[in-house]
Amino acid sequence: MNALAGWITLVLLILLTIVFWFVIARSQTTEDYAEVQGKAGRLRSPWFWILVVFGVFITFATLRPFPITAQAASQDAGIRIDAIGHQWRWTLSQNTVPAGEPVVFHVTASDVNHGFAIYDENSTLLTQTQAMPGYVNKLRYTFNEPGTYRVLCLEYCGVAHHAMVTEIQVLAP
Amino acid sequence: MMQSTTEYSQAENQSALFAVKTQLVVGLLVFILMIVAGVVLRAAQGSWIEIGPDLFYQLMTLHGAGMVGTAGIAGSVVMWHFLRRQVQLSTAFFWTFFLLCLLGVVLILAAIFIGKFAGGWTFLYPLPAKSMGSWSVLGAALYMFGLLSIGVGFLILYLDVGRGILHRFGNFAKALGLDSLFGSTPVNPDHPLSVVASTMVLIVNVAGIAAGAVVLVMCLVNLYYPAFAPDALLIKNLIFFFGHVFINASIYAAVIVVYELLPHYTGRPWKASKVFFAAWAAVTLMVMAVYPHHLLMDFPMPRWAATMGQIVSYMSGIPVLAVTGFGALTIIYRSGIRWTMAPCMLVLSIFGWSAGVIPAIVDATIQVNLVMHNTLWVPGHFHLYLLLGLLPMVLGFAFYLIDTGEQEIAVVDRLSFLAYAGGGFLFCAVFLASGTASIPRRWAVHYEAWLGHAQLGTVAGVIVLLAILVLGLRILLRLPSAGVPENTG
Repeated sequence: MNALAGWITLVLLILLTIVFWFVIARSQTTEDYAEVQGKAGRLRSPWFWILVVFGVFITFATLRPFPITAQAASQDAGIRIDAIGHQWRWTLSQNTVPAGEPVVFHVTASDVNHGFAIYDENSTLLTQTQAMPGYVNKLRYTFNEPGTYRVLCLEYCGVAHHAMVTEIQVLAP
Repeated sequence: MMQSTTEYSQAENQSALFAVKTQLVVGLLVFILMIVAGVVLRAAQGSWIEIGPDLFYQLMTLHGAGMVGTAGIAGSVVMWHFLRRQVQLSTAFFWTFFLLCLLGVVLILAAIFIGKFAGGWTFLYPLPAKSMGSWSVLGAALYMFGLLSIGVGFLILYLDVGRGILHRFGNFAKALGLDSLFGSTPVNPDHPLSVVASTMVLIVNVAGIAAGAVVLVMCLVNLYYPAFAPDALLIKNLIFFFGHVFINASIYAAVIVVYELLPHYTGRPWKASKVFFAAWAAVTLMVMAVYPHHLLMDFPMPRWAATMGQIVSYMSGIPVLAVTGFGALTIIYRSGIRWTMAPCMLVLSIFGWSAGVIPAIVDATIQVNLVMHNTLWVPGHFHLYLLLGLLPMVLGFAFYLIDTGEQEIAVVDRLSFLAYAGGGFLFCAVFLASGTASIPRRWAVHYEAWLGHAQLGTVAGVIVLLAILVLGLRILLRLPSAGVPENTG
């Protein structure tokens, strides 16, 4: 998803640059403004509806199924790990899990807001949720590959925020 | 019914121009200082300089608060200058606004450099009260009083703006053109666009600042009476509503310069229309409704709020891309425009703003947010908005004020502009690439594998800094003697 988001953005930025370049390159010549407005008006309506239709498609494509872990207790099936953020460390009720089994992290904080983010061995961010005092955020994730995963804090929580790291060992089933 | 046009004496116009130029100069100087701070932050992340985490996070707080505050002030200067042509505004209120902002700046500087406050510009509760001894309670309180002072300044300015708009238009609905959009009143193509935008800014930012004031007061009470501990999620909602609305209002205030000056430089009018009114009416609602996209990783938030955050984020891009961006390109296409510094900056600003929409929408998609939230992708998108959007709007305005009618751009200006645009785009692109590489934002110390990103970002930042030093110097040398622009008053 990280790379896909980057590529989509890159392509759209290039398209936008081409459009601006196209117009700027033709800005020094002159044409009657009424005619330009007429052409632009004929373009704007399709452009608007392209944006709308694309938006509807993206909405349905990305929200079904809903990407955020259901918070109801009935949805808790899986290995439960209680994760608590403190300034500036994590405590996990267990830090070893088998690969291939769903894990439901119950994430909270004892002091200030933290960000509970799981990174793989290539330092790629896999998923995350907030850790907030007074609330439990449930995050379901299945580790498919054995290895050493890291939990980093992604919500600024004070002057040792960057040092707030722990590990999860994922064992072969 | 439109009551009257404005009536200012020559002395009032001179006084107003002096106020605009003074505030613009101070704003530009602060922008440059904050860019210096930003470059230092990137260089520290790249291990090119050693400043220690304490100072890093203090500078990070300064950079955030300084940039957002100055963006707000500079946007307001642009708005006030052009709105003053349409409605009667008080220069005394304008100075009061500025002096309260300066007081706020002094308090924030004291909070950071004397009180060691490093809670981030968003002061995410309950962090200000729980620093583990890194900063004092007084430091946190000074920071909050500083923000409150700035907020009061803005509200005083808006009081006068609202009075002026109501005096001429009777109500805000008419000022927004809603009577033409939804009623039987025919569209007046000469309805001033600056009034529509200013009314939107007034409505949303009064709400945003009010939310900010509420949360600041609650946090201040919490600082001294920890037993008063409001709900963290409620406070988070209020903070992000305030922060999101404030910075967006700053951009929407500054974009008035594009509506006003592209017609000036192309000789083509930018007329009001139903499409324009509809876009701004929609933006008024969407800027306030979209803030839950900052809370997508707060899973206890209702599902409808997260869904709304994603959908409204997408919808918010449409007026930018299909109305303002499209309109700007239409007005310059085959216009024979004279490409001096002001229109160059204005077109760059529309490009930057439009470009920023793309990664913003991508990140507001929940599936993406799960792997991009609080990575460097986020500053990537908002630096497109601010470094290549809002700041070029302000620079374009400044170059307009000092425009003496030259037909050609001086070589030094041309090179500086290219360096600014190129360096700025590279700076933002590195942030976005860092986001796809999962590098966290707001980290004082970066892992070995991430250093190349920060170092390239530093190089880009230095290019931007050098460019704006030259551009700023060119402006600062000529602005004091600049005369009253045409149509003032």
